[in-house]
Amino acid sequence: METAALQLKNLTKTFGSVVANDNVSLDIYRGEILSLLGENGSGKTTLMNMLSGIYYPDGGQIFVNGKEVRIGSPKDAFDLGIGMIHQHFKLVDVLTAAENMVLGIKEKGRLNIKAVGEKIRKINEQYGFNVDPDKKIYDMSVSEKQTVEIVKMLYRGADVLILDEPTAVLTPQETRKLFAVLKNMRDNGKTVVIITHKLHEVMELSDRVAVLRKGVHVGDFKTSETNPQELTNLMVGHSVTLNISREKYENPVKRLDIRNLSCVNEDGVKVLDDINFDVYAGEVLGIAGISGCGQKELLEGIAGLQKVSGSIKFYPPDGSTEQELVGKSPLEIIKCGIALSFVPEDRLGMGLIGNMDLADNMLLRSYQKGKSVFADRKSSANLAAKVVDELEVVTPGIDTPVRQLSGGNVQKILVGREIASEPAVLMSAYAVRGLDINTSYTIYNLMNEQKMRGAAVIYVGEDLDVLVELCDRILVLCGGKVSGIVDGRGATKEEVGLLMTSLGQKKEANEE
Amino acid sequence: MSAEGIKKEPLVRIAKRPELTKKKAALVKFSSIIMALFIGGLLILVLGHNPFAVYADMVKGSLIGKISLTATAKIAVPLLGAALAIAPAFKMKFWNCGAEGQITVGAIAATYFALYQYQNLPRPVLIVVMFVSAAIIGGFWGLIPAFFKAKWGTNETLFTLMLNYIAIGCVKYLRLGPWMEQGQMFPKIAMFKPEARLPDVFGVHIGWIMVLVLVFVIYIYMTKTKHGYEIAVVGESISTARYSGMNVKKIIMRTMFLSGAIAGTVGCMIVSGSNYTLSDGVANGYGFTAIVVAWLAKLNPFVMVFISVFLAVLKKGANTIQTDFGIPASASDVLTGLILLSMLASEFFINYRLVFRSKNKEVAK
Repeated sequence: METAALQLKNLTKTFGSVVANDNVSLDIYRGEILSLLGENGSGKTTLMNMLSGIYYPDGGQIFVNGKEVRIGSPKDAFDLGIGMIHQHFKLVDVLTAAENMVLGIKEKGRLNIKAVGEKIRKINEQYGFNVDPDKKIYDMSVSEKQTVEIVKMLYRGADVLILDEPTAVLTPQETRKLFAVLKNMRDNGKTVVIITHKLHEVMELSDRVAVLRKGVHVGDFKTSETNPQELTNLMVGHSVTLNISREKYENPVKRLDIRNLSCVNEDGVKVLDDINFDVYAGEVLGIAGISGCGQKELLEGIAGLQKVSGSIKFYPPDGSTEQELVGKSPLEIIKCGIALSFVPEDRLGMGLIGNMDLADNMLLRSYQKGKSVFADRKSSANLAAKVVDELEVVTPGIDTPVRQLSGGNVQKILVGREIASEPAVLMSAYAVRGLDINTSYTIYNLMNEQKMRGAAVIYVGEDLDVLVELCDRILVLCGGKVSGIVDGRGATKEEVGLLMTSLGQKKEANEE
Repeated sequence: MSAEGIKKEPLVRIAKRPELTKKKAALVKFSSIIMALFIGGLLILVLGHNPFAVYADMVKGSLIGKISLTATAKIAVPLLGAALAIAPAFKMKFWNCGAEGQITVGAIAATYFALYQYQNLPRPVLIVVMFVSAAIIGGFWGLIPAFFKAKWGTNETLFTLMLNYIAIGCVKYLRLGPWMEQGQMFPKIAMFKPEARLPDVFGVHIGWIMVLVLVFVIYIYMTKTKHGYEIAVVGESISTARYSGMNVKKIIMRTMFLSGAIAGTVGCMIVSGSNYTLSDGVANGYGFTAIVVAWLAKLNPFVMVFISVFLAVLKKGANTIQTDFGIPASASDVLTGLILLSMLASEFFINYRLVFRSKNKEVAK
């Protein structure tokens, strides 16, 4: 048997009382694509960070080509030919691609940026990339930046390439392109490790798949000898069914009427451009789009947190006269019954406060009630207990700071609180980001329950597979414009993906 | 792959430790103070004195006997008051480094009434007016940086610091100009008439009762009221505060007015309770030391009482050892600094531990 390019033996890493990796042993071979599969928090990234020099293992050994090594810094990793591409790119925006390549490399003599450009072109040719060495990073799209990261690693002579959830920021089309180059690299004898929790990517791309669960390596397979169901069961620890129900709500009524909505952000960039759509009670309206296409601004605009121009008409469920939301304060909009359960990029940035306990987080929505100068902590504690009970939140108690809970439980608290006020409009963004499969389905069910109760649900999502299964209608944003609205029943992932990237479709969609 | 061979494990690395129990954390903190006293003892030893005798003298000079006690209390009261003043602002993560200036302008306002209105008002009314005016002017002084922060996002640390110098400059102007006492060798402001002086209770001006009441008021304000909740939320996350419908600008300005107002009353206490006049250094660094108090107490008003008394003991004790041993009073500043440093270091050791390279691993290869 050939020696593994990389051999991990009994690697252990703990953070405080949390064991992130527990005696993980894994062999990675030359010329293969290995998928590292596991739910969030299962220790995939930690394991790879130990290979790339970000963390130092508490125990265990790492062998490169059969020789034991110690990796104390990213530079050590580079020297061993290991390169990692993180979820957050490590590029300097104001420099060009070529300048980023040579950043931090200590070479004798003067820097010859032309020669760097030549070398980049050679790598382009060899693997089928398309990197312009003289283009500034800030002029690049997300997928271009990612390509620069990959080329950077190759430029520095990496033989082992680790990618941490590379497709999270890509459209289906870009993903396909990425997979093609990764396969090219494999055929050129490189080793590729891809961290992911998306099963279809595993099946499509990898030669072998290793599954982690709660920091423990629970098995690895040849991809051709396994199937998604088996992998899911292994990943979660018990068998799960992968279905989302989508019932039809009878006689939906118009709840929001959004006309000519535009928004210019603080940097003077037009992030929403003449948006028009309606939202109905009793539907889940999905919003798809590459991240940063105006989803955040759209939701914040409706909630009154973002200055917008145009008109947002709200039709109250009690049948009283419609109200214009633009120009109202966030508090007035909340009082209309519009709930925003917003979970932005940094999970606890808005909606919850990590350092406060569950009860105090419930208070965020209700503390203003009543005339007393004192805050009513009793009813918020009751609500916290109720949410914990009903949504099966795993927590030591309601006086535990939210930051100590896992992502899924944090999400349940947030959604639970928003639902508790029986909102007329429930908005959520990336509600399942970073959640395990079970919790994700709990959240989908909660959305569906709200829809059947007669709420208008707006669901900003990133997983197209879920969007086409869950939503009644899907609105696609592209560069701050509506590039199309499709019926969720019958829409395909590819159709939505195409709308995400091209505005040309907009006209057709409107003419229909 | 470049074969650099086996690299050595780093000699020391930092690892996060499991959360300590409260008891253990307190133990770490306590031992950090002992450590600081130990290092301070070494310092005293180097200066050629017996550390035990010096420490004993500090305690004796600050806590034994009525005169020592009242002198210590006169330091502790404004210190505690100033710490209580900055607590709400700090909870909001608004770094109010301007208590010094807010104390000073409060003192100016009180002094105006003490010098020029004492004949026109009965004593109780005069004292109330002095306090109210000090609170309003102090609050206004705190409101200025808050307004700019809320409106244009200016940096409050620099802003509040700079305002301190303006306040002190104002006192200088008054001392050298309109408020200068006639017929004196040195330009200074006149002493207050007895009517404008605070009454004493148990030998210390009545301000000590006021700050102790304030301890409870601030505690309840910060932990039980809606305002307190708003302050906590704004401090944790402005976007969450906005999201839940709070008027963040209003909260910032309201809280800073409150913070400045309390500092202003402290200024009034100092001029009418212990100094009986207004001088350039009226705030005497209390506004800065208060930051240390508030920080060490983790903004808990009750803990602040102990910390401010502790620091007052150090300060008073330093004066005593200066006369008894000839050790410069600045040595106690060094000791205060050491204690603060080791308490901050103890925070690190509560959260992290150091892992040294283990020998057996090296042998195994």
